[in-house]
Order: sequence, then C-alpha cells, then structure tokens
Amino acid sequence: MGKLLLGRYLQGNSFVHRLDPRAKMILCFYFVLIVFLCNNWQTYLLLSATTLLCAVLSKIKLSYFIKGVMPLIWLILFTVLLQVFFTRGGTVYWQFGPLTLTQFGLLNGVFVFCRFVLIIFMSTLLTLTTPPLAIADATESLMAPLKKIKVPVHEISLMLSIALRFVPTLMDETTKIMNAQRSRGVDFSEGSLVKRIKAVIPLLIPLFVSALTRAEDLATAMEARGYRGGEGRTKYRRQIWQLKDTVSLVFFGLVTVGLIFLRN
Amino acid sequence: MNSIIEIKDLSFSYDHEEPKKVLDQVNLTIDQGQWVALIGHNGSGKSTLAKLIDGLLTPTTGTITVAGQTLSEETVWEIRDHIGMVFQNPDNQFIGADVAGDVAFGLENRGVPYEEMHLRVKEALKAVNMEKFAAHEPVRLSGGQKQRVAIAGVLALRPQIVIFDESTSMLDPKGRQEIVALMRRLNKEEGFTVISITHDIDEASLADRIIVLDDGKVIADDAPAKIFSRGNELFKIGLDVPYPERLKHELAHLGVQVPKKYLTEKEMVDWLCQYVLKK
Repeated sequence: MGKLLLGRYLQGNSFVHRLDPRAKMILCFYFVLIVFLCNNWQTYLLLSATTLLCAVLSKIKLSYFIKGVMPLIWLILFTVLLQVFFTRGGTVYWQFGPLTLTQFGLLNGVFVFCRFVLIIFMSTLLTLTTPPLAIADATESLMAPLKKIKVPVHEISLMLSIALRFVPTLMDETTKIMNAQRSRGVDFSEGSLVKRIKAVIPLLIPLFVSALTRAEDLATAMEARGYRGGEGRTKYRRQIWQLKDTVSLVFFGLVTVGLIFLRN
Repeated sequence: MNSIIEIKDLSFSYDHEEPKKVLDQVNLTIDQGQWVALIGHNGSGKSTLAKLIDGLLTPTTGTITVAGQTLSEETVWEIRDHIGMVFQNPDNQFIGADVAGDVAFGLENRGVPYEEMHLRVKEALKAVNMEKFAAHEPVRLSGGQKQRVAIAGVLALRPQIVIFDESTSMLDPKGRQEIVALMRRLNKEEGFTVISITHDIDEASLADRIIVLDDGKVIADDAPAKIFSRGNELFKIGLDVPYPERLKHELAHLGVQVPKKYLTEKEMVDWLCQYVLKK
C-alpha cells in the first residue's frame, strides 16, 4: 500500500504549500471546470503552461506527478483509443470495418489525453501540498453556507477528520491481523478467486470489531473531554486568507480570460 | 481537609434484569489533593466507578457529589469541567490529527478563545515535556508519549481532579515509570486530586490511600502500609503485593526473621543493611 499516492502529503514550504487550503481547493475544482473550455492546441498549451508553472512553484519532483497518473493509465489509454478509432472527420488515414483512423480522431485523442493528465496533475498537486487535516478544515469552511439549508457541516467535517486520523491506525491494525492470521495458516495471496475472497473473512471480521471498539472508546474519551457538538466551539487551527491567495485566484481568472480569447 | 468527591450508597448495573450489581452500595469520600489508588481484580467495578464519577454512566441508585455539586443531567457538564480523565488505550483516545490538535480538543469544546487556547496548549505540552512533538501525528509517537499527550489534554483544561483509568496498563516499563512520575508531580507539586485505577501494585503503593474493590464492594480503604500488611487477604481476592513485600515473603521462607510491618522499597533497603550488619 506504500505505493499508493492517493491522499499522500509531502512536507514542504514552497509557495503552493503556503497557500490557503481553501484557495487551493477552489482553484483545483475551478481548474477541472476550465479544462473543458479548451478546444484547440493553443488553449491546451496555455493550460499546460499554467499547470507546469504550479508544479514548479510547488518544488515537487515531476516524477511524483507521473506516479499520480500511473494508477489511471489504463482508463486514459482506453478512452484515448476509443476517441482515436471512433471519431470521424477530416482526412481518413486508415480504415478497417468500423475502425477509422482520421485526422480529427487523432487530434481528439491527443486532447483527451491532455485533459486527463492536466486534471490528475492538478488534483495530485492539491493532495501533495496540503495536509489531509487542512483539506478537512477547508471543506468545513467552504461548506459553511450550507448550514443555512440544515446540512450538518460541523459533523461532516468532524467525521472527515476522525476518518483521516484513523487511516494509518487501521492500516497498522490490518497488517497486524493479516500477520496474526498468516501465522495460523491463512493464505491471502494464493488459490482461486473464491478461495481468496474467503481468506479475507478472518481479516475483515476482527477489523470491523476492533474499529467498533475503537469508535466506542473514542466517543467516551470525546465526551469526557467535554464534546457537545458544534455549538459554541472554537477552532485551534485558523486559516488565514492572504494576499497571495487572492493573487492566485486573479491569476486563474486571467487564464480563463486567455482561454476564452484563444478558443475557437 | 475538604472533601471533593462524595459518593453515597452508589449502586449500578449495566443490565437491570441481572440481579448481581457491578457496584453495590459504595460509600466513599475523597479529599482534595489526595492521591487515591483504586485496585481490584478484573471485573470488580473499578472502571465503572470512574465512569460514574465523570457522569459517563448514570447510577441506578445513590448520589455522587463533585466539588459541592450533585451529579445530575443538568450539572454533568459543569462537573466534567472539574474532572479530567485519561483512559487505558493510548490510541483510542487520541482525537486530534496531531499532538497540538489533540491537546486543544477539550479547549475547543469549551469555546476558549484562539490566543488563550494556543497559550494553554503550549503550557500543557511543556508540563508533560512534549513541546518538540507538537506537530507529530499519533502514528509517529510511542504509547507512553501518546499517554503524555492525553495528560496534556487534561492539564490544558485545568481540572481539579484527574482520573487515570488504567492509563499505564498498555505501556512498557519505561513508559509506565514516566507516567507514574508525572502523576506524582501533578499530585504533590500542582495539587491535583488524583484517582488512579490500576493493576500495577507498585504504582498503587505510591498513593496516599488505597481503596480495594471486590465484586462491586469496597472491602478495604486505608493507607498503603496498612493495606499491604494484610498480604494474604490480598492474595485471596486475586491481587498481588508490592515487590518489598514479596521479598519479605521469600525471606521468611528461608527462615529469616522479617518485620511484620509493611516496608517501602527504601525502608526495605535500610532494614536489609541493618540485618546484614547485625549478623
């Protein structure tokens, strides 16, 4: 599980690291939206340049971003191939039954590929430069207006941060239970599919039981420390919106204007 | 001395149909500034008693008075402000994503303003000698360090009473010593009333007073020296005796004339030296 880059955070002190997590989240979602404004190579070039600039500003090695793309590479290739072989229009280079290789198809394939990679790069950048807890805090603060329509924002964010805090603990626990069951003869990696699924039972049941015990203990500890829900609670961590956050928003605004100007 | 906790005719059972009670007619008074150890075998009702005092459970009958207030649904939150609890499993009571966040949790709940909260978290971490670890996540801490963070979380709230519910039972000997030393300091120097529930008899022997629970009843309540001089009785209800007492027992087997009175480790050393010199 060590290879999984999803949700990993790399410590650092770059420009991107120091941005307000709320700004980063807004920008990340906004970026996914403006990617769909692109429809020619100039626009893709502009967005690629923007992404590259962000990546450089984060001082994170490019190899991390490429690792972020890797788990999705089959989905990307599948989509690209579909685009390449099933889009008609322009000069036809090659034809075989329903499969056609056309100028537009190739162009579309490249565009879809770029679109995927750009979106993944940006979201990887968000998780690599923002600690999970800061993301949870940012979510709470961004969702705050939803309180008006009775969405339990505080509870959701507490759930999120407790879940994040217990991910490493439960991972440890899983490894321990697996080792304990292995030492009693359970084989997790061999046999037919049915056999393997059955082997998961001695792992899952103790894990569920222990997760529930933990939950109960945690609830008692929380209550003993005076937890009474979101009402009247103050926050230890404060997110401060700075000039650089506004500047980044303005910068993305300018990129959008550029995109609208360049697209045909 | 002022009494800070008064328990009158307290009974409790988890299941109302069950005739056997977890706690049966318990009467206790604990004075301010005392260090009380609560011992008893597994299932004797020690942890239940601690949870009842903090209002985490509701008694079947009887009353609990903490700092002059009788525990009820209206007063439970005020009473919890007087009591800090440190539980057994260091992992399961770590609420924050990092050390500072965990210490701040109780303060956040009480709506303490931002600046004061940061000041108090810093102070509390300093008191348990964990300032350097403020930004660490729980996975990167040892069990003893996690317990120290839990104690810091309690200290930040500035309660009058700290209850340790088997807080050292999942620690290694070194972590245990550290926590016990911290308990002693809190009690002797800072004046907290400490109630420690424990299986570790050596930890209990350091307390001012020991309460022995057996099947939900208080069967002994006295100074450690007096309790441990009743060695055989303790063995009978499945409890151990402190190390000097065991040594005495072994020496008696070898035919050495040992004093009847309970000896602390230091007294034992003195006595042994005298004994050898006399020979």
